[in-house]
Amino acid sequence: MIVEAGHFALILAFALSLAQASAPLVGARRGDPALMAVGTSAALGQFVLVALAFAALAWAHLTSDFSVLNVAENSHSAAPAIYKFSGVWGNHEGSMLLWTLILAVFGAIVAAFGRSLPSRLRADALAVQGMISAAFLAFILLTSNPFERLSPAPFEGQDLNPILQDPGLAIHPPLLYLGYVGFSIVFSFAAAALIEGRIDAAWARFVRPFALIAWCFLTLGIAVGSYWAYYTLGWGGFWFWDPVENASLMPWLAGTAFIHSAAVMEKRDALKVWTIFLAILVFSFSLLGTFLVRSGVLTSVHAFASDPRRGVFILIILAAFIAGPLALFAWRAPMLRQGGLFAPISREGALVLNNLLLTTVCAIVFFGTLYPLALEQVTGEKITVGAPFFNLTAGALLMAIAFATPFGFSLAWKRGDLLGVAQRLAVALAGGLVVLVALFAFVRGGPALAPIAASLAVFVMLGTLSEVVARAWRRGASLGVTLARLAGLPLSFWGGALAHFGAGVALLGLASTGFGAETIAMMKAGAAQTVGPYQITLDSLSDRAGPNYRETVGELTIRKDGVVVATVEPARRLFATRQMATTQAGIVTLRLGQVYTAIGDPGADGAVAARLYWKPLVTLIWFGAVVMALGGALSLADRRLRFGAPAPARSAAGAAARGAG
Amino acid sequence: MARLRALLALGFLLVAAAAGAVQPDEVMKDPALEARARTLSAELRCLVCQNQSIDDSDAPLARDIRLLIRDRIAQGEGNDSVRAFLVSRYGNFILLKPPFELSTVLLWLSGPLTLALGALGVYLARRRAPAPPPPLSAKEEKRLKEIAGDNE
Repeated sequence: MIVEAGHFALILAFALSLAQASAPLVGARRGDPALMAVGTSAALGQFVLVALAFAALAWAHLTSDFSVLNVAENSHSAAPAIYKFSGVWGNHEGSMLLWTLILAVFGAIVAAFGRSLPSRLRADALAVQGMISAAFLAFILLTSNPFERLSPAPFEGQDLNPILQDPGLAIHPPLLYLGYVGFSIVFSFAAAALIEGRIDAAWARFVRPFALIAWCFLTLGIAVGSYWAYYTLGWGGFWFWDPVENASLMPWLAGTAFIHSAAVMEKRDALKVWTIFLAILVFSFSLLGTFLVRSGVLTSVHAFASDPRRGVFILIILAAFIAGPLALFAWRAPMLRQGGLFAPISREGALVLNNLLLTTVCAIVFFGTLYPLALEQVTGEKITVGAPFFNLTAGALLMAIAFATPFGFSLAWKRGDLLGVAQRLAVALAGGLVVLVALFAFVRGGPALAPIAASLAVFVMLGTLSEVVARAWRRGASLGVTLARLAGLPLSFWGGALAHFGAGVALLGLASTGFGAETIAMMKAGAAQTVGPYQITLDSLSDRAGPNYRETVGELTIRKDGVVVATVEPARRLFATRQMATTQAGIVTLRLGQVYTAIGDPGADGAVAARLYWKPLVTLIWFGAVVMALGGALSLADRRLRFGAPAPARSAAGAAARGAG
Repeated sequence: MARLRALLALGFLLVAAAAGAVQPDEVMKDPALEARARTLSAELRCLVCQNQSIDDSDAPLARDIRLLIRDRIAQGEGNDSVRAFLVSRYGNFILLKPPFELSTVLLWLSGPLTLALGALGVYLARRRAPAPPPPLSAKEEKRLKEIAGDNE
């Protein structure tokens, strides 16, 4: 009964989304406030209904109602509650429902807190948001219904895929979707601005909080996914340039570019046309990612052809939501007036370079991901585009971006002084150079790019710090004055500084992977192996039973110069229901680096194949990502940027909108 | 393998879960030769997997190719010749970094072309926009100093 209520709520939500997609649009054209207000109530109602549908599916999973096909296929009565719950989105239908729920959440936020927005802009944006909702709700209802019943109901479910029985599943998809889908608001506002044919600095201020929220979540989502892969994989890889990963990286790259260009638009009223274009691009990449992942086109073109229903549906959604706004853009963009002049050497100029490079990286990832599919379709030739290609092409450009970052961050608006900036960055440049020389001189082996990346990372971190110092400290100023100046710097500046610093930290972590150590060996109880500066001994192997699996656990002791520093328990788990084994790596963090251990199945002689790694500074990769996200959050907390908050900004925005019209 | 496919089907960022990959019994005695084998296998695709190198894969086929590589290296063959042999057998599909050929020109040039197009766009946009105002004259600078006082 509850399940059917959920299904019904979803159908009602679809009906409401149709109203939301049409009424406000007409209202805005006719200047009818009552019709425009339909958008607000429809968005709120739609949120409640989709939330009800989601709750119904979650209830079915938590109570192990195996008469629901989705539950029977993806759950098990013996599974721990957290995996029963995260299993809701651990499958195609449920994850699409989560996608739509988050879409509805963002729509509801605009509806509930967007009172200070110009009413026509809000009505149009909500209408576009309604169109996206309608498309995806129709997709779920027609091709991916999670509420389908199964008769007769089985006694037991087929269990969730063992690799997904991990806290990572509880955190990673929701974060990633909050990022993916959060950019839909930016997209809707861009489309609304194009419908209106008017765009100004106030627009950038409206969308910036949403772009920042989405960006923060996407950053965290990618980082969590990367760490999840790292500890599940058994050999410590964390990024594979896999199409699925690329699908999340493309919106991140375009989103990062958008945040920067929106800053230019907000502060200087320049780059307007480009910013709008990027806003469309970011969400297009989100949709493209959804298409790549959901249609099955990645696994095989043939799998896509044999069951094309879902794939074709998403392809139509994709085409409509990319081509429509782009056509609108081509029509309206020439009418948008450019403002805000600037010299090539200036903060604006640096941000144009930032956008150019980030977009190029994005294009490389795009081509690398889709080229094999396209080539096979056109010529039948099969090629592979993997990590070595991306590391060479995108990697080199990312390093160029890293080098340019501190310069851009220190340049003044309108007209900058490159020589002066270089002098200000002298300490940072020297620091980077020292690291480069030291690494080349004292460290043997490892890829040649690693020392360069490490020195760039140090340059980015020091360069960011020196800009903070330069803003606060003047020759002869007392400590009190300097501290007061530091405290007086706007939060958005601190946010930018923190995010850039975090990027440097993450880059340092990435560079350090070049300096790790690896030992692959058969280990017997009592025998020691050396990896990096550590000696690792296998103490014992034992069998244990978990709630829905059995595991073989190795007890390893890690020593440095004879002194015990840690013990780890890598394990091999066997899940009976699906007859699948997973690897539980034994990991311990030692001074920002990690000792990473994994074992295989034990042999007859009591020996076990073990893989031991020393990964110096590896935690900085994810720590840096968290720092970046914190920077974004700090920028979000800046009062001037708070969504719809300050009353003076409202009247100023209104005046600006009137003035522009 | 099966796990990898399950994950991809789910569309999460996470990729495979392979405990296998290079096994202790495969490792060559000479560390220099083993290092060469590892470099080579990191560039080769596991043909039956999703976008995994044979270095990371626990598929039996990946193991076979790893052993084949080590065999040939032990016999004194160079990395290029081993790679050429594998390409002749499996085609370019086995290379994780596709060769620069007519069919991959667009792929390899996607970066430079985007950069060039973008730069051209920036140039055209700047040419259309009116020039920024000239810098302040000495007199204006002086006046600005007066207004700003001694703060700076």
